[in-house]
Amino acid sequence: MTTPSDLIGQGPHTANAHLAPPGGSRGLLVFCLISAFAAVMGAGLTQDPIFRLHAGIVALAAMLGAFVLTGKLAGGTLLDEPDRYADGVIKAGVIATMFWAAVGLLVGVVIACQLSWPRIFYFPEAGWLNFGRLRPVHTSGVIFAFGGNALIATSFWVVQRTCRARLAGGIAPWFVFWGYQLFIVLAATGYLAGATQSREYAEPEWYVDIWLTLVWVTYLLVFLGTIWKRREPHIYVANWFYLAFIVTIALLHLINNAGVPVGPLNHKSYGVFSGVQDALVQWWYGHNAVGFFLTAGFLGMMYYFVPKRVERPVYSYRLSIVHFWSLIFIYIWAGPHHLHYTALPQWAQTLGMTFSIMLWMPSWGGMINGLMTLSGAWDKLRTDPVVRMMVVAIAFYGMSTFEGPVMSIRAVNALSHYTDWTIGHVHSGALGWVGFISFGAVYCMVPWLWKKPAIYSNKLIEWHFWLATVGILLYIAAMWVSGIMEGLMWREYTPQGFLAYSFIETVSAKHVENVIRMVGGLMYLSGALIMIFNLWRTVASTSAEPAVSAAPAPAIA
Amino acid sequence: MTYETVARIAQQGGLIYFGLIFLVGVGFALWPSKAAEYKRAAQLPLEDEELR
Repeated sequence: MTTPSDLIGQGPHTANAHLAPPGGSRGLLVFCLISAFAAVMGAGLTQDPIFRLHAGIVALAAMLGAFVLTGKLAGGTLLDEPDRYADGVIKAGVIATMFWAAVGLLVGVVIACQLSWPRIFYFPEAGWLNFGRLRPVHTSGVIFAFGGNALIATSFWVVQRTCRARLAGGIAPWFVFWGYQLFIVLAATGYLAGATQSREYAEPEWYVDIWLTLVWVTYLLVFLGTIWKRREPHIYVANWFYLAFIVTIALLHLINNAGVPVGPLNHKSYGVFSGVQDALVQWWYGHNAVGFFLTAGFLGMMYYFVPKRVERPVYSYRLSIVHFWSLIFIYIWAGPHHLHYTALPQWAQTLGMTFSIMLWMPSWGGMINGLMTLSGAWDKLRTDPVVRMMVVAIAFYGMSTFEGPVMSIRAVNALSHYTDWTIGHVHSGALGWVGFISFGAVYCMVPWLWKKPAIYSNKLIEWHFWLATVGILLYIAAMWVSGIMEGLMWREYTPQGFLAYSFIETVSAKHVENVIRMVGGLMYLSGALIMIFNLWRTVASTSAEPAVSAAPAPAIA
Repeated sequence: MTYETVARIAQQGGLIYFGLIFLVGVGFALWPSKAAEYKRAAQLPLEDEELR
């Protein structure tokens, strides 16, 4: 039987008398106690029910943290092991990644059902279950909870291995992990309760933003500290990508969320920007969330896990350097393409469009570099479904970074903007690129972390791969059709100069595509659930003997 | 400053700036004496063992 403490490697069997607890453990305990006290005070003093809910959650989390920390410190089970890599926090990160993947994808399927059958899945008596509340739970759930945990876990793995140094900061990596989970819980419960800044991908309110800033700066310091004490002189390119992701997200988060709360005990805040400046800041943030969270971070993953899995060096290390610098210098300017035909000055729109088109080159340079890393190992595509998953991820990276520049062209955007085409584009990037590269990395890491010879069942990875791939194809094909259809319907005029269709006609015309999208999403979710089962069986297998299908054996799909 | 001045600085200056930093980036990547370091760096993921 596997207990939770075995899962994250903090069980008593690791106890070692001469080792001290990680640095800062007692400080964190004091911080938990003070936070618990402050949160209880906040919950008691506020007259705002949402603020009280959140203060209650924070109080509960802080007390739980203090309780667990006290137990571990007193029992002597929380120990620093300076001569080993810090893998416990990565194990926890992998578990959180898969947990939030299930939650985020499930909510996605639920809201896809709401769009497909609004008469059945509309709950007037339960406002928190409506599309407007659930949609940010889905977007934040998959991007920040699933993707974010995958990034934090893999970055901790990669930075330690490529720097040959244990994670810096003592207890700080654990603070980053649990602090990030608290951020997710506060964000999601806030959305359900109706607390939102109404900023795309930055919906959490001001105090959640401040909390995330604290967690994120700690994350940056842990990462930089590990690089600082590295024993390998060269900083491997994956670390550059992870670092660009961490630094840029910090910057974007601070500027986009600049706001003034209504009161210290009130959940509501107002942003400092207004009008078109506000729109520009939002989409400078929004597009760079795509560029640095969903691209740069996952490219870090690609540059480590693809070479590692196929046992080949990076195809061209020089190309990876050009890829990195050109990507980060160009991406930061692309945001205004979200604001074509708005009050934003036309030169700024053109600038955003031009930089988006230029982005095609570094993106495809990176795609070629990732794919060509398989040189001499292409046979693994046939035998190893994990390699196939990562290669399909890179292919989707290439496809969505071609589609994106096309859609940023003003004339194309005139048709595509506000339609389902955008939704399809986002999902080819998110499901295809981000999802698959993360699944690939997790399939790699689980046997390494839990010291197992292989994943429990190769056959189940095949099932995951094919269910998810067909699911994505159904999803994006349906969205291309419905997006272009509704775009054309919106611009259709009668000979008298009136709009040919009312808006609701363009909505009901998409019914079939909405259902296909839901089926595609359901298949993708099913694949992820199969993966969770497969990983669970891998971890729970007691013997160190090769599991059912040990080495990536040829499998018939 | 007129709109035209700002636009000229932004457009031409921007072109020169991006052209230059691109050349710096490419130079950094292609510098001959760096070849050995990059050749080894490309192998880094393949040679990571446990800490000792």
